[in-house]
Amino acid sequence: MTSTLDALLWGVLPYVTIAAFVIGLFWRYRYDKFGWTTRSSQLYENRLLRWGSPMFHFGLILVILGHLVGLLIPKSWTEAVGIPEAAYHFVATWMGSFGALLVVAGLIILIVRRRTTGPVFSATTRMDKTMYVFLAASILIGSWATVETQILAGDHGYDYRETISPWFRSIFVLQPEPALMAGVPLAFKLHIIAAELLFILWPFTRLVHAFSAPVPYVFRPYVVYRSRDAAVQSRESRPGWDPSGRPKN
Amino acid sequence: MRVLAHMGMVMHLDRCIGCHTCSVACKQVQSAAEGLEYAWFNDVETRPGRPYPSGPRAPGGPDSVAGWVRTSAGELRLRDGGRLRHLFRLFAVPGMPTIDEYVAPAEDALRPRVGGPAPERMGGARGPEPEWRPAPPADRAADPVLRHLGEHATAEIAQTFSFYLPRICEHCINPACVAACPSGALSKRVEDGIVLVDQDRCRGWRSCVPACPYGKMYINPVTGKAAKCTLCVERIEVGEPTLCSETCVGRLRYTGIVLYDGDRVEEAASVEDPQDLLQAQRDIILDPHDPEVVAAAEAAGFDEDWIMAAQYSPIYQLVSRFQVALPLHPEYRTLPMIWYVPPLSPVVDVVASTGADGEDFDTLVAAFEQLDLPVDYLAETFSAGDRDVVAGVLRRLAAVRSLTAGSGAKGPTGRAPRARRPDPKVARAVDLSPADLGELHQLLTNADYADRNIIPPAPEPGSAPPGGCSLDDLGGPGGTGPGAGAENGPTAAEKTRGSRFNLLGWSGKDRPHQLFPDRV
Repeated sequence: MTSTLDALLWGVLPYVTIAAFVIGLFWRYRYDKFGWTTRSSQLYENRLLRWGSPMFHFGLILVILGHLVGLLIPKSWTEAVGIPEAAYHFVATWMGSFGALLVVAGLIILIVRRRTTGPVFSATTRMDKTMYVFLAASILIGSWATVETQILAGDHGYDYRETISPWFRSIFVLQPEPALMAGVPLAFKLHIIAAELLFILWPFTRLVHAFSAPVPYVFRPYVVYRSRDAAVQSRESRPGWDPSGRPKN
Repeated sequence: MRVLAHMGMVMHLDRCIGCHTCSVACKQVQSAAEGLEYAWFNDVETRPGRPYPSGPRAPGGPDSVAGWVRTSAGELRLRDGGRLRHLFRLFAVPGMPTIDEYVAPAEDALRPRVGGPAPERMGGARGPEPEWRPAPPADRAADPVLRHLGEHATAEIAQTFSFYLPRICEHCINPACVAACPSGALSKRVEDGIVLVDQDRCRGWRSCVPACPYGKMYINPVTGKAAKCTLCVERIEVGEPTLCSETCVGRLRYTGIVLYDGDRVEEAASVEDPQDLLQAQRDIILDPHDPEVVAAAEAAGFDEDWIMAAQYSPIYQLVSRFQVALPLHPEYRTLPMIWYVPPLSPVVDVVASTGADGEDFDTLVAAFEQLDLPVDYLAETFSAGDRDVVAGVLRRLAAVRSLTAGSGAKGPTGRAPRARRPDPKVARAVDLSPADLGELHQLLTNADYADRNIIPPAPEPGSAPPGGCSLDDLGGPGGTGPGAGAENGPTAAEKTRGSRFNLLGWSGKDRPHQLFPDRV
């Protein structure tokens, strides 16, 4: 039997998150392209950022890939191709821990830098600070969950692929099964809630730059040419805003 | 051949007095936004001296990754590395200068001196002492050109010469900033080659900043977007010169277009020897009087007034015809389009300080052979170290000066000295006809506003884009051949009836229709 709270947390909140995330991103891209930026502070400080930022970002790429594999690929699939649970658990735990270590170390360097470098702190908005709380919470609780339920739990650890992963997939096939989450350790539950709050906040923060990863750069010619016509005509002309035209000699 | 037009500028350095009027005009209009306090789209530097920006990661510094390099396979790539490597280094862009390598905003640096509490971001009670400004008292030790020339140069040059170098974005034909931009926000305008940032496309990856060999890309930390000199595009489009040019007290800036071959850009930028880059760049600039070029330009959709502007362009005259204008640091392979007539005056001063007649042509020419430093320094700055190129330009400038030499010696009279007739011997010594020498003298010394700025207004949006698909335009299978003009609207010549004609730039060879209208 699912309690009301469980139903809200594991049956409703995920959809609220998805709605806010998707609609928020669409709205931001449609109306605030000018605000869509990394807002990098490398101009102000380079020494700490040179270490912290690559550690944080490369660690995150590793962690995100791990999450995708763990959440999206059913246990039956990996077993079907002959990967035993113990091997999977070993690789996932240690790669995940390595990624988490990079991310946490990078995050600490970046937060220390942000607080102690005067110009960087001045350039930190209220939204940045709020975002940092949820970002740090997700990362730290997630790392704690890995340490507590995997590393310290002996040989096998907690098998999230029996509970969290099917629940996660159930959200996206529109058949949510909150009951699956009932016995999940507290650390994972808190990690999921913190992450959901972070995703709700995401479209309204500088984190949107994650969706601008410039992959097409690899395939494009070096020098970009663009016609003035395209720039002048890319927006619909509105009443009273006709192009000024060329002066008469 | 793909004919493209490029807006360019020539700065005649002998005329720069270092007054910063250009910098201030530019600052007030173009970089007054919050977050751009440190950015000078136009700055004036004292050379030899500290450039702006200046530091280990700034252009010329040991950690700089500016410009292009030619691989052993003969291909161009950014100095930072190939595309993938470039992307993997985005999280902490290498070679990105920090704000102290520009100049801390004057307000912050000066506040402790003028009273009031120092802002917190400067670290509390008292900010740092103001150390230097974009054009500081000559700071020889920080000059990368001098570092390259060696130690004896640094010691010696203090006694030799000094000149001012106004700098804006070079609007390069082969811009490294555009190539480095991961989002494709930076682009060259097809119509006039102006390099612009699309503020809606920029994602603040900041790769453009270290890629620019001229330190002319800026990140606005408040908006998180890149910002740069736009060549006052809103003025250029209506046929007016840039603000720096308009306000220039010394009238040293010339603005106009050249036609160039868009198909040969890569070939020109990847010649093996950096000292050949100047000639390669001159080679892709097309002769606007060549009937083939004119036909190709018309076929590409250029209006007659653009072609005429290219023919009378002061840029074409100084860069290609007289070859007295040189690019700044061509060795970065960006094919810059802001050109400089190197300064002769500092050399004249050096010669005059020995008691000789510094304005005498023969004395000056002999001096170029003996004076290592000024010529070496100018060569490192304007011709990738090729002394002969700079010496050749200085000889022509000396020949120009010989036309008025001595006439100012009686003291200021309030009138411009009257030029003598060119001495055929002097003209021949610099490979010019006496008439050409006279014309060069006119262009360098007495050119007025209309001669210095020959800027065709941009065509109406939606009209045939120059450089666009030539199949649809005049001369193409989808358009109309030159003979079919009558059936398909006015011919190019008819369209320009009544347009202005630059009499001073007229060589007397052709028959401009403004002077000789058709009889009706």
